[in-house]
Amino acid sequence: MIDARPERARTTGATAVGTERVPLLEMRGIRKRFGDLQALDGVDLVVNEGEIHALVGENGAGKTTLMNVLYGLYHPDSGTIRYRERDVRITGPRDAIALGIGMIHQHFMLVPPLTVAENVVLGDERGGPVLDDRAIEERVRGLEERFAIAVEPGARVEDIPLGLQQRVEILKVLYRGSELLIFDEPTAVLTPQEVDELFAIVRTLREEGKTLILITHKLREVMAVTDRITVLRGGRNAGELVTKQTTPAEIARAMVGREMKQLKARATPPRTEVILDVRGLEALSDRGSPALRGIDFEIRSGEILGIAGVGGNGQSELAQCLLGLRKVAAGTIRIGGIDISRDDPKRTRARGVAYVPEDRRIEGLVLAFTVADDFILGKQDRPPYAANGIVLDPAAILKAGGRLAVEYDVRPPNPRAIVANLSGGNQQKVVLGRELSERPKLIVVSQPTRGLDIAATEYVHERLLEQRGQGAAILLVSSELDEIRALSDRIAVMFEGRIVAVLDAASATEERLGLLMAGHTEAAA
Amino acid sequence: MTIDQLIGAGVLAATLRLATPILLAALGGVVSERAGVVNIALEGCMLVGAFFGVVAADQSHSVVVALVAAMAVGAGLAAIHAVAAIHLRSDQIVSGMALNILALGLTSYLDYQFYGTTGTPSDLAGVPDIEIAPLAAVPFVGDVIAHQNAIVWAGLALVVLIQVFLFRTVPGLRLRAVGEHPRAAETVGIAVRQTRYWAVIASGMLAALGGAYLSLSVAHSFTDGMTGGRGFIGLAAMIFGRWTPVGALVASLIFGYGTALSFSLQGASIGDVRVPVQLLSTLPYVLTILAVAGFVGRSRPPAADGIPYETEGHA
Repeated sequence: MIDARPERARTTGATAVGTERVPLLEMRGIRKRFGDLQALDGVDLVVNEGEIHALVGENGAGKTTLMNVLYGLYHPDSGTIRYRERDVRITGPRDAIALGIGMIHQHFMLVPPLTVAENVVLGDERGGPVLDDRAIEERVRGLEERFAIAVEPGARVEDIPLGLQQRVEILKVLYRGSELLIFDEPTAVLTPQEVDELFAIVRTLREEGKTLILITHKLREVMAVTDRITVLRGGRNAGELVTKQTTPAEIARAMVGREMKQLKARATPPRTEVILDVRGLEALSDRGSPALRGIDFEIRSGEILGIAGVGGNGQSELAQCLLGLRKVAAGTIRIGGIDISRDDPKRTRARGVAYVPEDRRIEGLVLAFTVADDFILGKQDRPPYAANGIVLDPAAILKAGGRLAVEYDVRPPNPRAIVANLSGGNQQKVVLGRELSERPKLIVVSQPTRGLDIAATEYVHERLLEQRGQGAAILLVSSELDEIRALSDRIAVMFEGRIVAVLDAASATEERLGLLMAGHTEAAA
Repeated sequence: MTIDQLIGAGVLAATLRLATPILLAALGGVVSERAGVVNIALEGCMLVGAFFGVVAADQSHSVVVALVAAMAVGAGLAAIHAVAAIHLRSDQIVSGMALNILALGLTSYLDYQFYGTTGTPSDLAGVPDIEIAPLAAVPFVGDVIAHQNAIVWAGLALVVLIQVFLFRTVPGLRLRAVGEHPRAAETVGIAVRQTRYWAVIASGMLAALGGAYLSLSVAHSFTDGMTGGRGFIGLAAMIFGRWTPVGALVASLIFGYGTALSFSLQGASIGDVRVPVQLLSTLPYVLTILAVAGFVGRSRPPAADGIPYETEGHA
């Protein structure tokens, strides 16, 4: 229920930082609880007309929850929403759309088998019950011309790249005449060039008089396009800033509530011993098309090789091949000189290969298991966990689980806790504890900090650098360029199943990486 | 064995007759699964349609009342599945199977209560054939379609109607969106659950019409379990036909033809070898297994098919 308290909203609204303009939107004292979790604990958000407003905070700070309240997907436990100086009650997306509020969702809300035009008009088709494809395509084309957003209206959404799909999402919102556009983590799936194109669209929209809320945790983007910033931390307001008068460090401090740690410089150079040597590696994708088209690289002891690339260019398949999870069509994978390209995962692991998979909840852990059981997964047939290889020894498992839980800072350090109930960061610590505790020679790491908060991200990075220091070879696949650049000794860029360049970390500027990731090999050379 | 036994007018007319109940179940499946709900209770809906069609025909002596009653009961059974699948978010296979067993037991019990051991009355109002006089004189074609039952024609008309509805109308577009990506549909203000309810209820009515066809057009009586798995074969036809009404029609005709052949080739032989009719009559079932096992090319179900939809924020 939303209780109407217009007086309070009016008086406090005037204290908003910055411009003189009238607030378009005032959210006051929004509370929302899910079970035991107080996701929003009295949050305020004031957005002025015609500005680009950043809503920043760590994962779990409540950004998306707050926006889902605004869009009517969640019903707040208390709090008021004023829009255009009127108290409003938003009970569903229909109400939000009717007010002129539109949302560009992080996970696109598009129906893949339908066309671009059908997706744009879905739910507001106009012109009677009969579907007139040509008419709706014309209408969408008109909209594209007005806002300078180009997508082929007749194309099927499943056939166009993610960057264009996002434009379809934007068109959907504009089609409904939205004045306030909410972008939820819009750059997560884009290449740096696509990000630039998005920001050009974003600026055009502001010039057209639209108001934008940008949900993000990437401070560079906040600095690049926004006018004002609201910071959330742990479901509460942690600062309101004017972009021109602040610094990334100040924003980060507000987000985390403390100074950020600086990663320790990579003190030692890589050693000379080659741990992993991959030659001419080829493999097929799940759909049977070539995913890897001849990959060559090596990683030395004490070296981190970062793999950069837009998702879907063969990175996942490469990691799976290294682990024996995907059939190798051609080529060799040598660990310390021995070819393991035909080995199954168990034999591969016995050679000292560890794996931190990209989706810990699907590939990394059995969520229904206890912390202790997940720690010994894959070692369950070995002493001390099963003396004879068949019957488990619960006491030994529990003891090892307790030790690893403490060593890897799993909170709470209870080996009997069910993994599904842990936070993402603690789940990842369970994966790390299992994979790193036996001194692996090669560690294949995929998206190790996806969805983690800053503290957990720092923890994962420290542990990986520690392994590097102990002489492990590490293959790091990540969609976060900042992460790759911070950790890697060398960076390999993958495009369409090939490694198109290997750069020294020092010379790998974001721009060069971005061009290479988009397939512009000559331009970036 | 003669050509007539293979593709004579008699065989083709029988193909249409035998395909119709399968087709109606398949159309029900298409509507329900396009909206994202797997409805294997179609078999049960068919069976209650067959039984209550007979009961209503016996009581009212009106074919129209009988068909309306059959479809209403089918809708009712499907509505139970809808509540379980959509509202309670239960496993759709388990719910569907439970309803099939319920339908079998219920109709068997009530059949005994109403008609004892003597069977259903012999003077039931049956669904009439539609005589197309001008066609009757046309050779071959006349023999195939000039004397078909009204429900056969209704089934063919429904293929066109549902095809147009799904792919050429706004409500059809919304229904498909709900079956592919319900959250996307919800975010543009489409009522996901409501859409699914109507789709499941419509599927029950279609299957029940297929059941009433069996009892009121073909057999003119009800016997226990008389649908004999045609609801399931309808689901196979739906998969075979890649979740489109026209595809479902083609698949149903193939299944119907298989059965028609097994009748027409009774006692036939090639040279000295007798045609193994028993083996031929398994053809629809073999085709069903192939269809379900995905041997008929890549056919992709609606992305959210069978997955209960949970509104956000009620976690």
